[in-house]
Amino acid sequence: MPPASPAVVIDGLVMAYGDKVAVDGLSLEVARGSVTAVLGPNGAGKTTTLETCEGYRVPQRGTVRVLGLDPQRDRAALLPRIGVMLQAGGAWSGVRAVEMLEHMAALHAHPLDTAMLVERLGLGDCGRTPYRRLSGGQKQRLGLAIALVGRPELVFVDEPTAGMDPQARRTTWELLEEIRADGVTVVLTTHHMDEAEHLADRIHIIDRGSVIASGTPAELTRGGRAATIRLVVNRPFPDGAPESLRAELGAGTEVRQLDEVSMLIHGPADGTTLGRVSRWCEEHDVLPQTLSLGQRTLEDVFLDLTGRELAS
Amino acid sequence: MSGPAATRAFSPAPGGAPLARMVLAQSRMEARLMLRNGEQLLLAIVIPVIVLVGGVAAAGRIGIDLDGHRAVDVLTPGVLALAVMSTAFTSVAIATGFERRYGVIKLLGSSPLPRHGLLLGKVLALLNVVALQLVVLVVVGLVLGWEPTLAAPPRTLAGVVLAVALGTAAFAALGLFVAGALRAEATLALANLVYLLLMAGGGVVLPVGTYGAAGGLIQWLPSGALGEAMRSALVDAVVDSRSLLVLAGWALLGTAMTARTFKWE
Repeated sequence: MPPASPAVVIDGLVMAYGDKVAVDGLSLEVARGSVTAVLGPNGAGKTTTLETCEGYRVPQRGTVRVLGLDPQRDRAALLPRIGVMLQAGGAWSGVRAVEMLEHMAALHAHPLDTAMLVERLGLGDCGRTPYRRLSGGQKQRLGLAIALVGRPELVFVDEPTAGMDPQARRTTWELLEEIRADGVTVVLTTHHMDEAEHLADRIHIIDRGSVIASGTPAELTRGGRAATIRLVVNRPFPDGAPESLRAELGAGTEVRQLDEVSMLIHGPADGTTLGRVSRWCEEHDVLPQTLSLGQRTLEDVFLDLTGRELAS
Repeated sequence: MSGPAATRAFSPAPGGAPLARMVLAQSRMEARLMLRNGEQLLLAIVIPVIVLVGGVAAAGRIGIDLDGHRAVDVLTPGVLALAVMSTAFTSVAIATGFERRYGVIKLLGSSPLPRHGLLLGKVLALLNVVALQLVVLVVVGLVLGWEPTLAAPPRTLAGVVLAVALGTAAFAALGLFVAGALRAEATLALANLVYLLLMAGGGVVLPVGTYGAAGGLIQWLPSGALGEAMRSALVDAVVDSRSLLVLAGWALLGTAMTARTFKWE
């Protein structure tokens, strides 16, 4: 297989639990040597998708290929080549942190030096602590160490920094950047925008089981020739405000009311839009407190695409 | 930014260890965790020792009819059987139940260790712990004055090895069945309850003959069969093929039920 072929190819994946559809015709690719973030709210289907790649679940429809292999049929060939960080758990309650890491190292042919991993992930001071007494962040760091210890080509990390303090979060980001520089492909799920923006070469935003947008962080936040204006005013908008503002701004404009005092406006990126918005405010007797034209964040992108906040 | 390959700490070099090394690592880990766990140690060593010492001390006063044999000679084989049952059934069920609950089996499922390697590791760990228990209990029995029959050492040895092997297989299969079918808490409760019931009324420590009419039923239980097979070998130098067949039957039944119902997660 040529090295340029994608590390992961998912095509039309469908997964349902009973009558609840968790993954609904999802397709995406992950380039080798990249960091790819799968971004979406809780329940969007991220973990199910990952677990299908890891061979835990049989695709009900569609195909999944990881490093060119079928995670079900070629399980034995695939597993030694990937590293997996579960969202939670994975260790005996009485096992000591370093003992667990050394055990996982012993299952591999050319494991990393566990002492180096312990040091890099700051696990030194809890190395002899039983797993059940580790903090949430320590468990996450141990989970990441376990995913990496077998020197995999590809790691799947599910919510790698959940429960970590800011310091540990930064350390983890640095480590993930370093492993990518060393040639490891990283697929991570997150519902933190800043994590995806900071780490990912490519982001797939998924919602309700399918990919609703893909691109680099810059592509996703650029928003083309349109501008996004965030308007926050001093008192509640009158009834019918979004419609009346849209009429004022003319064709090609979208207005979405976020709450009683704020709206998000997309329109052509020209100077007249801002002027018209402030004129409309004057006419409707509300005072703009924030009227910002700017760079969309991934949060805006998600909100645009789904009409919902990501963090929900 | 990144230097030559040698200095790249994380450059990929994937691969699983040889199966034998993985199985050994897994069995060492599981045995260590089993011996580190206070409750399991209680079950594996402390309770059998108390039963043996207490039973021998009390036997004379209670006056149970042991067919004219000395109490220690009858009770020691029974307590060896009890030890096998405690580890193969109760410890295996509880440990496996919590491994499922904590996601240990799931995580190992993404490692190079295959399912059959995990099972082999479990069996090895179990045999290790059973061997350790038997050594401790044999020493305690000898200190209490136990004199196993020397009428036909090869038959005694064969009987003991077969009884321990088939008893371990039968109880481990049943323990895995429970662990694979129930939640961890329910497994914990049920495995302990079954252990207590069988210890008291299952013909494991005391000969099936001491239970009166109920003995006819108890001899078909895995506990009764294991107890009888151990006593036959160590008291009468007889390979008790009927009891061994009963154990083999339970092993097959347990394996079939486990294979049909066990969920790794």
